[in-house]
Parts: sequence; C-alpha cells; structure tokens
Amino acid sequence: MGVQPKTIVVGGGLAGLMTVIKIAEAGIACQLFSAVPVKRSHSVCAQGGINASVNTKGEGDSPQIHFYETVKGGDFLANQPLAKGMCEAAPGIVYLLDRMGVPFNRTPEGLLDFRGFGGTLYSRTAFAGATTGQQLLYALDEQVRRFEAEGLVEKFEYWEFLSVLKDEEGICRGIVAQNLRTMEIQAFPADAVCLATGGNGLIFGKSTLSMVCTGSAASAVYQQGAIYGNGEFIQVHPTAIPGEDKLRLMSESARAEGGRVWVPKDGKPWYFLEEKYPKYKNLVPRDIATREIYYVCRALKLGVDGKDMVYLDVSHIPAETLDRKLGGILEIYQKFVGEDPRKLPMKVFPGVHYSMGGLWIDYEADSNGNVVAGSPRNHQTNLPGLFAAGEVDYEYHGANRLGANSLLSCFYGGMLAGPAMVNYATGLERSCGAVPASVFEAERQRQEEACSRILTLSGTENPFVIHKELGEIMTDNVTVVRSNEKLQATDDAILAFMDRWKRIDINDAAKWANQAVSFTRQLWNMLEVARIITLGALRRDESRGAHYKPDFPGRNDAQWLKSTLATWTPSGPEFTYGPVDTRFLKPEARKY
Amino acid sequence: MATDRIELRIKRQDGPDAPPRWEEFSIPQRPKMNVISALMEVRRHPITADGRMTTPPVWDANCLEEVCGACTMIINGKVRQACSALIDQLVQPIVLEPMTKFPLVRDLVVDRQQMFDALKRVHAWIPIDGTYNLGPGPRVDPNVQQAAYSLARCMTCGCCLEVCPQITPLSKFIGAAAISQVRLFNMHPTGKMHARERLEALMGEGGIADCGNAQNCVHACPKEIPLTESIAAVGRQTTAYALKRLLGA
Repeated sequence: MGVQPKTIVVGGGLAGLMTVIKIAEAGIACQLFSAVPVKRSHSVCAQGGINASVNTKGEGDSPQIHFYETVKGGDFLANQPLAKGMCEAAPGIVYLLDRMGVPFNRTPEGLLDFRGFGGTLYSRTAFAGATTGQQLLYALDEQVRRFEAEGLVEKFEYWEFLSVLKDEEGICRGIVAQNLRTMEIQAFPADAVCLATGGNGLIFGKSTLSMVCTGSAASAVYQQGAIYGNGEFIQVHPTAIPGEDKLRLMSESARAEGGRVWVPKDGKPWYFLEEKYPKYKNLVPRDIATREIYYVCRALKLGVDGKDMVYLDVSHIPAETLDRKLGGILEIYQKFVGEDPRKLPMKVFPGVHYSMGGLWIDYEADSNGNVVAGSPRNHQTNLPGLFAAGEVDYEYHGANRLGANSLLSCFYGGMLAGPAMVNYATGLERSCGAVPASVFEAERQRQEEACSRILTLSGTENPFVIHKELGEIMTDNVTVVRSNEKLQATDDAILAFMDRWKRIDINDAAKWANQAVSFTRQLWNMLEVARIITLGALRRDESRGAHYKPDFPGRNDAQWLKSTLATWTPSGPEFTYGPVDTRFLKPEARKY
Repeated sequence: MATDRIELRIKRQDGPDAPPRWEEFSIPQRPKMNVISALMEVRRHPITADGRMTTPPVWDANCLEEVCGACTMIINGKVRQACSALIDQLVQPIVLEPMTKFPLVRDLVVDRQQMFDALKRVHAWIPIDGTYNLGPGPRVDPNVQQAAYSLARCMTCGCCLEVCPQITPLSKFIGAAAISQVRLFNMHPTGKMHARERLEALMGEGGIADCGNAQNCVHACPKEIPLTESIAAVGRQTTAYALKRLLGA
C-alpha cells in the first residue's frame, strides 16, 4: 500500500490505549474514539492488581504455573496458545508499566512487591494500593497523551461508536460514530479498526461495572455479522457492596491480604470457605466462592441478619497495613456505607463483574503453539479489518477468569492487536481511500435514519424503566444458578422488552447532548446481547466455570468442551460450536 | 434525616446559550441512596414536583466509586462527586448545579477539556524509550512510592479549579491539579531527567506564579491530595531552576 494506512481504535481503557501505543510506536497515525474522556474509562475500577510470575519471593513460581492455573481456573475452555503467550509475556509487561512510572507498592529493598490472589497459592500480583487499574490506566493515558502531543494520535472523546463501514466485499473500512454533544453522525474511513469497548455489565442492571459498559459497540458489530463467542460465561464476583445505583466491588485483594469471609452460626463466626477449602481458603476462584456464598445465604439461610449478605472481615489486620495495601477500597466502603472496615466487618454479596465471552477473535500459532508475533490474524474478528481487544473479546479466560488476569489480558491483547492492525493495514492491496465514498455515505445514512427513528419514538414506555426490568430478570435468572425453565422464561421476557422498546416515548427532542437517544439505542443493543447470554446458557446443558446448572451439575467434556459461537439473524442468535485449542494441558478434574 | 421522600432542585440549561431554569422533583426515598440513584429515579419518572412532564436531566457519570471523576457537580453549594454524596447526609431540598468554572454543555454537564490540555502542556508523562522489553524499572524507595501514589490518585475531577479564586473567565491560571502532576513526574527517577521541560511550562503566563495562595484547593480535593504542598514544592523547583538558568548553569 503506497499511502500511510489509517487506523481507528474505539475505546480508551487499558486495551484500547495499549493498542494505540503499539500503533503509534510503529509510526502509524491512529484515531482514538471514546464515549467518555479516556482517563475516565472503566479500567479505573480495577482494584487488586496485575498478575506476573516474577517469582521474587522464593516460592518457585513460573509463567508455566501461571498458565496452568489460568487454564484450570477457566475450567479448560480457554484457547491455550493465547493464554500461554499472555502468561509468558506478563513479567515483561509489569516491568514496562514500572518503567512508565506506575507507583507499584515496593518491598523494603525497593523492588516490586507482589501479593497472593484467587486461584493461586503464589504471590504473583503486582499492585498500586488498591486502585491498580486507575494507576495503570493513567500510565497509558499519559503515554498516549505524549503521542497526541507529537501529532500521531487524534482523540475523539464524547463520540459514540455506532457501526463499522463495510465495503462491497464485506471488509471493514472504518466506522460511523456520533458526537454526543452536537449529535452529528459522521463516517470515518480506516484500513483497520479495533474495538476495545469493554464489558456489558449493564445488561444485568446493577453490576460492578461503570455506566458506559453496556456492550453496545460489540452488539452493533454482532448485528453486522461479527461472531460472538462464549456469551453465557458471566463472572459474578463474590464480594461487592450492594447499592441502589450500582454494586461496588470489594477487591479479592482484601482476602489476599488476610481478609476472612464468615457468617454467624450458632452464635459463633463460621468461616465456611476456610472450612471447605483448607488449602486455598478464602482465595478459591471467584465462581466457586460465589456459589458457596449463594449456598450459605439461599439454601442454608445463614446470611447476616437473614439477608443476602456475608461478612468480609479485615478488622484483625493492623490499620497501617490496611492503609498501605488496601486503602483505596476501604475508603470506598467507608464513604459509601458509612462504617469503618478497620473496625467492623464489611457486609458484602456477589455481583456481576466481568464477561468472559465477547467478540470471537482469531490468532496464529506456530507448530510449537507459540503465538506468531505481528501476525495480522491475531485478535482479528471474522469481519476482515475489524479487531477486538480487552474484555470485549472472548479469549484468555475460558469459563471463569482468575483475579488480576483482566488487566494483564488487556495489555497483552493490545500488544498483539496493535502490530496485527499495522501489518494487516500495510498489507492491503486497496486502501480505504480507494473505496467509493457512496459506500461510506450509505452506512452513515442508515445510522442517521436509525437515530431519527429513535428521536421520534412517541409511545408510552420509558427506556430507563425497561432497562431496570431487564437487569432484574437477568440478575435473577442468568447469573449464579441457572435452570432451563427460567432461562426460557427470561428469553421470552427479553422478546417482550424488544416489543416494548418500539413503544418508547423518547421524551427529549433535543438535537444537543441528548442522552436519552444514546441510551435508547444502547438499550436495544443490550437486548440483542442479553439473548446471546440467555440462549447460550439455555443450550449448554452442563456446569463449567461460572456457568452452573444444578440439573446438569458436572462438566461434560465429551459434549461441551466447545466454544459457543453466536451469529446474528433477524430472528435471533444462531448457535454453532467450535473446537477449543487444548494442545498443552489436557482437561482434568478441577479441584481446589 | 429520615423522610420518606427526597426533594431535589436541579438547575437545568438546554445548552451553553440557553437560559437556565430550576426544576423541582419529589421522589421516594429508599435506604442508602446517593445523588446518582436519585437522578436515576428522576430519569425513570421525569415528572416535576408540580406534576409536569419534563425531559430527563442530563449528567455525567461513569465509575460511581469516586475514582473516575466524571460525576463532579455542585451539591448544596459544595463541589463534589455525586456518587459519594449520600442522601441521608444532605440537607433537603438537595440543590444540584453544574460546575461554574468550565463551559457548560447541558444541565449538569460541563466541558473539562482544559484540564486534559493542561496535562499535555506540562508534559505529564514519563518519557520511556519504547514499550519493548527493556527489563525492570528503577528501584524506588517505598516511602517515595507512597508519596507518589498519593499524588497519582488525582482523577482530574476539577474540584480544585472550581474553588480556586484565581480561575476566572479572564485568567489563564493552570490550576493546582496540573502543578501537582509536575511534582509527581519530577519525583520519579526517570521523570526527573526531564524536569525542566515541565518547570518551563509552569514559568510562563498562567503558570505557578498566578497561584494566589488561597489554599481552597487542598480542602476541596476529594482524594486528599496535598495540593498546597505540591504547589510549594514546585514553586521551589521553579525558583531554583530560574536561578540556575540565569547563571547559565
């Protein structure tokens, strides 16, 4: 390709920013789109840390063990070459972040400190207080700002992604986006596009995710033909503070630093996780801890005050240690609950936290199973030219993600997606500039019309009310304990919501900073993905990782060691099943 | 204050050039509500206290855990994040207004782009050689790390600018947040090597000399960042640097 390729990254969290940095470092210009100023992205909410087997504590840890525990934690549903590549790259990634100035906690010798985390017995997690995600995001934000000052990166903040531009051959050639202030809809041609738009917790109404995490962008490209993988695997974090507006995460690091989970039983504290899992104690993987808490509260009815609540107790740990290692989250508890967790046990309950599923992406591995660096196949979706990285993709974590692996997968994903996009774009025979402008204008027009239709919705329904009801039924029926009967009822309810969506009263005709229009569009996209999650769960008659059906309590590898692949059709998702690459570690019983 | 309803007064404005107006809402109170959940309730039932249908109020919010800075607004006269403003700790009616030192977008939303531009101006980054695997970073004294961490928690929310008397439509003062970031990056072993670029950026118009020492910023900061210490420390650095420059050193 003779001319300088054009690239677009949508989403300015960790994965998006790392992708941008890799592109800019190659000397290629990049346009970065985000619905919020990138420094306010959801990555700021990550608390506990980032995993890397640096083995500074003489424990004999290694990337190989990290890889094994990641795959086992994910109940063997992860494609192993990518998971292995991620774990091997992890020490280098943490060193890089250290060089960028992330204020990681230190040992007395001035080295990086590491702590334990869920699903492991090793000290593998680097951390910056208990606001690690915020500190990592800021470090990348600063590096991107440097490229912005040099003119290589152009930011479009307060722009919402609407769809990709596809040429006559179905190749992705850019995006259509809307300015959330002027409401102007514009087409942006590009040779390679990456979605790094995060998770979809808002489908469950209240979750630990930020308000922007509706999964709308992923849904939009799914409706344009991108395959959505493993949608039914939704992580419910064991410890969150229930709230009226959201569920606030209480990091696993609280337990890594010695926090204990208990409920009163016969007048005494019952440390049920320690009793049942004497080896891993309070640090069993999240899916397991969450199910145990549900069991104690719902089946045994032993929740605190008879409610859906257990204690998370750090009050026995010295206050100085708590302030230095967990200050950020204890401050959140104190500010939002009004009690001092240094003195009183915290009251928590599981909350929707992370989507293991997402857009299907490809990778290229050599004959030894090593990911081929720079291959344009890496992180590319089935739509040529469209890439995905971060929580929005379906890779790395299988059926359940280990704590402190999400920040890592964001970085590693960005480190693969950036060079893949550069190599894909420079290898194109025809650049986006050679595609007839009418192709772009047609898609822009389609979005313009869709927006006008929303602006004129004049029924009786309120979009925010529909969203609340969607969240309630999804949380009740499609989270920790699932049954086919309730999953079917949920899909029926989603169809009814879709019907009601058409009768919304938009109630705001403003052509300036109209949040109702944007939310209503995203609500439809949430409904589309809610069906993938619900129907994917309905079909998968087994229990694996975060997906648990009491009627099918065992993992069934013979039938279900498969990736769920959903393709959009006008009448709903069509499911096929793909193989899982288990070339290194054969599935074994998952015991802790 | 255990009432069963929440009375809200919201300053509404359709756009930068539209006239402001006040709207009142009365909504049912549930336990543990914050200002955000009250605004969400209004959005689900956008009917004023006198029974008039209105448009859903527009506000900025994202993390709702006081780490992203998005939902900053003026609540009962005090600038703060709406997510951590708990209803039962507020006097009613609860009065919500947009910040005043930034261009208004709509209702409670303002444009804080100038704060991000300021970070660009002061080179608020560590200039690394590249993202290649170059081994570990420099060793850092745990005490220095703790000091850096307390500065690194700045979420660019704008509280410090909102309360600063030196920030006016006519002034160009960069404000405490960016000055404190200069201290942060000048403290880092690698960042230190490029300290003078940052100090020079603060020595021109709208720089550190425009600080009037009102000390409002440090009291307004929700993250308890020692902003006045930062301004003093960076002030000493610029003085030393200016002197050195004068002597041609």
